[in-house]
Amino acid sequence: MARSFDVTRQPGFTMIAIACFVLLYLPIILLVAYSFNAGQSISQWEGFSLRWYVSAWDNEQIQDATIRSVIIALGASLIATSAAVLAALATTRTTPWRGQTVAFALINQPLMVPEIVTAVSLLIFFSMIKVWTGYTGLWYLVIAHAAFCIPFAYMPIRARLQGMDLNLEQAGADLYGTPIKVFRHITLPQLWPGILAGGMLAFVISLDDVVITEFVKSAGQDTLPTYMLGQLRRNITPEINAISTALLAISVLLVTAFFFMSRTRK
Amino acid sequence: MIEIQDVTKVFGSGEGAFRALDEVSVTIRENEFFTLLGPSGCGKTTLLRLIAGFEGPTGGQILLGGEDLSGQPPYRRPVNTVFQSYALFPHMTVAENVGFGIKMLGRPKSEISGTVSEMLELVRMSHLADRQTSQISGGQQQRVALARALAPRPKVLLLDEPLSALDFKLRKEMQLELKRLQSETGITFVFVTHDQEEALTMSDRVAVMSDGEIRQIGTPREIYDHPAERFVADFIGDTNFLKAEMLGREGESARLRLASGQEVHARASEATASSGTVTLAIRPEHADLAPEGEGVLGGTLEDIVYFGTDTHYHVALDGGGERFVLRKQNQPDEDRGYQRGDRVGIRLGRSAGQVLRD
Repeated sequence: MARSFDVTRQPGFTMIAIACFVLLYLPIILLVAYSFNAGQSISQWEGFSLRWYVSAWDNEQIQDATIRSVIIALGASLIATSAAVLAALATTRTTPWRGQTVAFALINQPLMVPEIVTAVSLLIFFSMIKVWTGYTGLWYLVIAHAAFCIPFAYMPIRARLQGMDLNLEQAGADLYGTPIKVFRHITLPQLWPGILAGGMLAFVISLDDVVITEFVKSAGQDTLPTYMLGQLRRNITPEINAISTALLAISVLLVTAFFFMSRTRK
Repeated sequence: MIEIQDVTKVFGSGEGAFRALDEVSVTIRENEFFTLLGPSGCGKTTLLRLIAGFEGPTGGQILLGGEDLSGQPPYRRPVNTVFQSYALFPHMTVAENVGFGIKMLGRPKSEISGTVSEMLELVRMSHLADRQTSQISGGQQQRVALARALAPRPKVLLLDEPLSALDFKLRKEMQLELKRLQSETGITFVFVTHDQEEALTMSDRVAVMSDGEIRQIGTPREIYDHPAERFVADFIGDTNFLKAEMLGREGESARLRLASGQEVHARASEATASSGTVTLAIRPEHADLAPEGEGVLGGTLEDIVYFGTDTHYHVALDGGGERFVLRKQNQPDEDRGYQRGDRVGIRLGRSAGQVLRD
């Protein structure tokens, strides 16, 4: 019997695979392990303790940064998801229009443009607005995050729309549903898993952004990641490990939920 | 009721343009079970989608009860569709599916629940009203799709190959069920199928389509017994085609000479020529075997195929090697005693054949 090419049977495959997984996950495992270190060091084990979690929890700067991060991520993912729903509808539920490919590329550009370029351009753009309006609040960060979160929210929503049976919407129209009613009663209820998945993805992406945030934030607007970056310049304690582990836990939870949500009701 | 006037539908443009319908005209009567029959790609589903309003015609117009439907979106047409895939709403229960149309029409809640239970009763699905659509069988989904489309009491019900996904036995059952529903509700049914048997057993009238045109419209009997052209004769049932010479025609009765030299009578429409070579179509069950030398044709038995309900006799005709197939119904314990290689004659009933339009 002729066998098709099977990569798992090539010489060295197992070694390379193991090496990849070790490189990917060993550092993370170490980071998580040392978050429970009783001592001051992030590389010398001195016994198990939860003291760094307690200290991180009690740290007012960390509390501030966490709340700010969550507010920005909530605001940004909400805006990005709404925009992504509209964009997905316009690129799947219309008769093909001129410039549709261009629009598609523009929606996805944040994935392609180097983040540092976006960051610098936003810094300049927002500083012009700041001079003009005098406003220096959190909205700059929310809007900047929303912008680069759109493609992440857009992808699962678009996939969901494309996977939907178009006959259902036609059946809705056939049964006297006006376009708005068909969207509300038929498209939207089935789109929810995609919208939730897109929203969560956007939330996670916003939560750990450093580059754009670092450039756009005003003084005293540290988010959790930029706060951590700032700490690294001083002395590093396992407190950083503890925060990272907490962030990791949240991301894993959300990504797992995302996975199940995009899988169900197929 | 529905008047389709010179309707043309072209998909695409320029080189890749495809003419799905070419100046089709047909009038479907009130309370009629009307079938569009044809092979895939003949335009039958396109015509259905034009009536529903999912597509707009490139040319011509469609009138419903004398009113032009042009420019009316699907949700303003008193026409409902049963989709081939059923297209039941997966996030709603059976009852919610059935009630969707009347809910969209803004009817009061009490009326909706009344109509829903009435419709579920009609399709014998009352006991499953609260099920999710994913929890019921294909046949049951079919019934729900029917109830959903009938609930708003449309003037016309469009059915797009609704039975094609069902297995044989269930299909037979649903054929009868559809006939019953049509007579009980009095709604005009426009039924699309590629299955000739389905078309013949269920329809009041059938339109046979191919290549975007209607080839013939008539009752199932007219279509079967008197196909107007070769495509129709070939598509519906089995047919023997014989070359013959037209000797003369009086009204619909034609006199012809077969290749064997024998003269026969056959039906011919007024449109056929009264002289020259024509094609004669003869159904396998409209001919009979005869001893050698009798009948209008002679030949050698080539094959005898037993089908249970009937037996097919394949005869190689003398002079030319054309094949002629006869079908005889089997009786209990009957053996007609024919064997392969036997010399036989073929007898035709009076006006058993139909002269085809070229």
